[in-house]
Parts: sequence; structure tokens; C-alpha cells
Amino acid sequence: MQVYGTELASRLLLGTALYPSPTDMAEAVRASGTEVVTVSLRRETAHGEDGIQAGQQFWGLVQSLGVRVLPNTAGCHSVKEAVTTAQMAREVFDTPWIKLEVIGDSDTLQPDVFGLVEAARILAADGFQVFPYTTEDLVVAGKLLDAGCEVLMPWGAPIGSGRGLNNPYGLRSLRAHFPNVPLVIDAGIGLPSHAAAAMELGYDAVLLNTAVAKAARPAAMAAAMARAVEAGRLAFEAGPMEARDMASPSTPLLGMAAFS
Amino acid sequence: MTTSAGPRILVIGAGVSGLVTATALAARGARIVLAERPEASTRASHFAGGMLAPWCEAATASPDIATMGAAAPSWWLQHFKGTRQAGSLVLAPRRDSAELQTFARRASHFRTLDAEGIAALEKDLAGRFSRALFFPDEAHLDPRAALASLTAGLVAGGADHYRGNAEELDRQDFDHVVDCRGFGAAAALPELRGVRGEMLVLRCPDIALSRPVRLLHPRIPLYIVPRGDGVFMIGATMIESANRGAITARSTMELLNAAYTLHPAFGEAEILETGANIRPAFPDNMPRISWEGRTIHVNGMHRHGFLLSPLLAERVAGMIFGEKDNLLESQP
Repeated sequence: MQVYGTELASRLLLGTALYPSPTDMAEAVRASGTEVVTVSLRRETAHGEDGIQAGQQFWGLVQSLGVRVLPNTAGCHSVKEAVTTAQMAREVFDTPWIKLEVIGDSDTLQPDVFGLVEAARILAADGFQVFPYTTEDLVVAGKLLDAGCEVLMPWGAPIGSGRGLNNPYGLRSLRAHFPNVPLVIDAGIGLPSHAAAAMELGYDAVLLNTAVAKAARPAAMAAAMARAVEAGRLAFEAGPMEARDMASPSTPLLGMAAFS
Repeated sequence: MTTSAGPRILVIGAGVSGLVTATALAARGARIVLAERPEASTRASHFAGGMLAPWCEAATASPDIATMGAAAPSWWLQHFKGTRQAGSLVLAPRRDSAELQTFARRASHFRTLDAEGIAALEKDLAGRFSRALFFPDEAHLDPRAALASLTAGLVAGGADHYRGNAEELDRQDFDHVVDCRGFGAAAALPELRGVRGEMLVLRCPDIALSRPVRLLHPRIPLYIVPRGDGVFMIGATMIESANRGAITARSTMELLNAAYTLHPAFGEAEILETGANIRPAFPDNMPRISWEGRTIHVNGMHRHGFLLSPLLAERVAGMIFGEKDNLLESQP
């Protein structure tokens, strides 16, 4: 798939938070085969005494993995906070990419879509390549594209909930409305089957973090997710059959003796 | 200075790692010079929770922590009389009950309590939670009192206590140098990073707890440790940053939320202290012993200074006194 002119062979994007240790994180990244990892920035991690970047050791570890970094604005609750964090991230990681999160509710961590569109417009005008964390709402999706986003990242379920795809109908409809926009399911994936389901719907990629980081063996789960994403994509490209209500025999009935 | 002929050893750093190592070496007859910076607040140990909880920690960190820390409660019971072995309690708010299940699946050495069992252990928590995990063999202590007691024990045993910059001491005067400076040794240990932790100390005479209580939370493992006399320590955030600045409003809110969730009476508590410092950590968050000339580095204790120092101290002593072969590994 292509995002902002960059060709990505792996359709799995991985977060770097919540692992038992940076070593576990690095092993999971390698096992996942991902080419893009997200990293969160907080102001307290960005600045230290003497103006040095206090989080630079962890960021250095992330950068040494040899994959693209997609900094995010996780935990930002306002447009201003998100824009400031994005500008900081551009400086620290030297990339125009930003995963834009503007949180609207602290219990469900669902996006404040009004703030999101506004922040996306400001950042896109400032030269950022914005990856917005949004809902499956079609109108919001259209406004994000108008604001200058070239990729959309709707949630499957609330961040860290591991519930899978809460609204398959809405996600299918979003896919159908925007057939040519790269769509990435971001958040809510708990199991490989959820990731495969997202890919079977025709989504271009899956971004996840907690499902791998909080597994008892993160690297093993990362490998499982990679295979699920690949299987789901292959299935989508293969053109799956439609489900039907009644049985349909796979062996021909024609010519068989009728016993009843 | 003792008159014995044991090796003369400089231990740099008077956090838990330095003091426990010095104690183990002194017990084998080493003549110790303990060098420390005068300000206690520079030490990560000064802000520690003081939980000796190998089985709880193994649920969220490496499973090796359980084996490595299993002997820590008895070490501290022998070396610091303020150590309390009353177990620890793990709870989750109803909305996070899935976290309790995951925790139980990965931990060991506990039993599950229902509401009555919780009330029987901690009567102030009666009626507030319906399920808990109880780890009876775990222990806790007041870190500042424990550090002061170890220091006093060393001095009473003849150790020299040098308050100042260890760079001013001539290392040629010593048979060995043990560097336990935590993040202060970052320049010598390129893989070492800082992991910021923030904590609060509250006074809340309305509540009595006999043991540390952990409150499971999807983002940070929060705990409340009773220090006696209605004083409680609440910790601790884990932020990938070497910033030592004051606690942030967000972290204060998260920590206070945890206390308030445990019992609303914490809303009336006085905030006695806020603290922030840096845990030294290697990429796998496990401690390391490494040898460089005559200097032995003991570092990377991360969240587990009080829990793992006794084991590392024994290893260092083994290396110096040649008690065991093959101890020159850098991994524990």
C-alpha cells in the first residue's frame, strides 16, 4: 500500500507503548515485520534539564529498530495541545508524519472529531502528513479528506479495549464510500481474528499496540498478528464467497440417485 | 577503619544498591569506604515504594523477577527490623476487572479473596471491592528508614562514610571499586536509560491499612504503601524520560484518583510530599553487574532496587571473594 507517496510492504503498524521492557518491544517489532511504529510524545518526556531531550534514550532505541517512525499525539485533549505535540514530534523525529489523536472522552478515549478536523486542517496547512485517528463516521471522514488528510484511521473499538470491530456495518460502508483512500483500522484489535476480519473488509492496514504489548509473550503475538493481517489481505484479494442461509452442496447432486 | 586484613573496597552511591552491596561485603570482612552525595533527594531509592513483592512484580515485568526476588523478604527481615511481612493485596475497580484476571493468570503465590476475605484483612476496605488477590509472603518497608538503618549499621561496623564527590578519592587506594550510582553512572554505561517515576506522600488518619495495596489500571500499576501513623506513599508513574522535574498535574491527578478509588476518605488527606526521580534501567529492564578494570558496576535496578539488591549484592560479593566461578557474566 502507499501512504503519502511511501510504499509499505507490511500492512501491520505497531505501537511502542506498554511493553514490559524496550527489549520486549524490539523483539515484537522484529517478529511483526512491521515497517512503521508509532511513538507517543509527552511534553515532560520531550524536555529535560539543560534543554536536552529527556526521552531521547527511548526514542533512540525506537529509531535503532530501522523502521519508519509515526509519532502520535496520544493523550492530547485539545487542538492546541495536539498541534504543539505534533510540532515537537516533527523536531524530535525529523518526519512530516503525524498520527493525530484528539481525545474527546476520557472513559472511551474516543476522538473529539470536531477538534480532530480543526487540528488536521492546521497541521496539513503547516506541511504535516496527517494520519487522523477517527471514528467510522462518513461525514467526518469527508471533512478530514477536505482538510488535507490522505489516509484515514477509523477505530475498530475503543483504544486498549481489545473488542475487535464494534461496527462492521459502519466500517464496510466507510470502505465503500472511499474506495481509493488508504484506510487503516486503528485501535480496538484484541485478537488476530479481529485483525484478519478488518483486512477481509478491504481495509488497507491495521494499527495495534495493546494486544501485542500486553500479551504474555509479545513477540509471539506480534508474529500471530502479522500472519492474520496477511491472511485477511490475501482473502480480500482472493474475492471471498458470500454467506448464504441454506446449505449448498460442494459435490454435484445432478445424476445422483434420488432416495426420497 | 577496622584493623582486619580484608580487602579495601570503595562503594560509590548510597542508594539501596550501594548500601546492600556494602553490607554484604562488610559481612565478609571487607573494609568499606562508602561514598555518597550528601543530598538524599538525589537517590532514586529515596522515592521508592519499598514493596518486597516478587510475585506481584512478575505479573507485569519479567517472570524472572519472581525467582530473583523470592529471598528478598527474608533478607530484609534479617537486616532491617522495620520490615513487615504482612503480604500484599491486589484490587481492581469493577470496570477494570479484566485486568485482575490477566494479573491472576500471570502471577503465583497468591490466593483469591472475596468481599468477606478482603474485609477480614483490611477492615477499612470492607464493602468496597468484591474480589482481590492476596500474596501472603510479600513484605514491605519504609525505604528511607531502611536506608538510614543500613548506613548506621555500616558505620557502626567500622565503615568510613565519605560525603562528597567520589572522583576526589584516589581509586589506587582500593582493592575494588563498586559503582552503584544508578543513573549517575549513565556516562559509563551507554545502554542505561532513565525511567521517570513520580510519587506522593499523604497523611490520612481516617484510614488504616496493614499492607501495600495495588490498584490495577490499564496504563500504570499504581500502589499505596502504608508507612504507619496514617501516612501513605502512593506511586508510581513510569515515563520514558530522564526528566527530574517536579511532578506534573496529570500524574498527581492519576495518583490521587487511585487513592480516591481505593477509599473516598483519601479525598480528605493532606499531601505531605510530592516527588519525582529517575530509575536507572537497561533495555530489558533487568539489573546488570559488569566489570571494568577494578570497578564493578551494579546498575539498572529499574523498579526493583529493594527487591533485587540482596541477590545482586551476593553476586558481587561472590565475584570479589572468589566464592563462585563463572560470575563474570554481565546478565543476572
